[in-house]
Amino acid sequence: MPTTEKTLDEILDLAAMHFKVPREKLSPDDDFFKALGIDSLQTLDLLTKLENHFHVELPDYELQGVSDFRTLAGKIQARL
Amino acid sequence: MNTAQVTKRGQTMSYSVHEGVLELALDRAPCNEIGSLSLEDLESFSAAMLELEPQLHAVIIHSERKAGFCAGADLRELYNRSRAMEKKAAIRGVRDFLERIHRVLNAIDASALTTIAAVQGVTFGGGLELALACDLIVADKSARFAFPELRLGLIPGFGGIPRLKRDVGNAVVRDLLLTGRSFNATKAQQIGLASQVVAEGEALRAARATAAQVGKFDRQTSAAAKQFIKPVPYDELKKEIDIFCELFERPAVQAGLKKFVESTNAQPYLP
Repeated sequence: MPTTEKTLDEILDLAAMHFKVPREKLSPDDDFFKALGIDSLQTLDLLTKLENHFHVELPDYELQGVSDFRTLAGKIQARL
Repeated sequence: MNTAQVTKRGQTMSYSVHEGVLELALDRAPCNEIGSLSLEDLESFSAAMLELEPQLHAVIIHSERKAGFCAGADLRELYNRSRAMEKKAAIRGVRDFLERIHRVLNAIDASALTTIAAVQGVTFGGGLELALACDLIVADKSARFAFPELRLGLIPGFGGIPRLKRDVGNAVVRDLLLTGRSFNATKAQQIGLASQVVAEGEALRAARATAAQVGKFDRQTSAAAKQFIKPVPYDELKKEIDIFCELFERPAVQAGLKKFVESTNAQPYLP
């Protein structure tokens, strides 16, 4: 199983690539809505990308209130 | 009508015929929300489908919007219209809208043609109900499905529950409805909702290939098979309209709609 740090790195790489944001501008504790400049529909797109990448299922309600990459990584890690 | 000349552009969607396949392209920003203009266009499409039926073998419904197939009913229009009316008039308006959209979706569901929804991105609420009326759902990997209505104090109103019950198992029906959660295309295929999952941007191509295959078979046989394997749950569909209208009368629904419409939350779709 990958470490939480590896999972976090992969999330940041994926988010940067998909939303065309320079990777070096993203930090683990960033609010991803602001850092990526995404709206609600794009957030669902990110959720789908993460599920497909990590082969996990992330029920929306488990992510309610989650807005930073680090916490998101923890939620994914718990399902790997 | 000569199918070679059939191309019609409405205000929210357009349709055209290619090689015996009637293709409906949803195209209303931001994500094909279904309001009164969409309903008029859907009614026009439904009439064309019936008229052209002898010259067709399949129907494909897809979206021109990258954000998704369809985000469901236009809740802003629903809220603003119902707020401007007296309660009884608002309920009558809602019932009229539901009865009209049910006629369209029932026509798609019961059509003798093979109907295919090619979906990507957000396929929520009324969007999922439109897809469920079709015989086959071809989903690309970006597709995401949900029935978020319960968070507004409502149930799906465009035939979602009877059709979902017809097509998938109880555990899925209850999970989708009672939690309002969304799930991706892979899960949709696992539970028997989507028949194919393809790479992003490939749903329409795959749907066209499927339609071409369908066109090789005798149409009457396909229609007979469809009638046998896909009965339309008319009684439950009628009951759904009644339950929706009863729920819509409650003040909690207006409060839920208000909250949704006025929300500046970055996650308004999440329950």
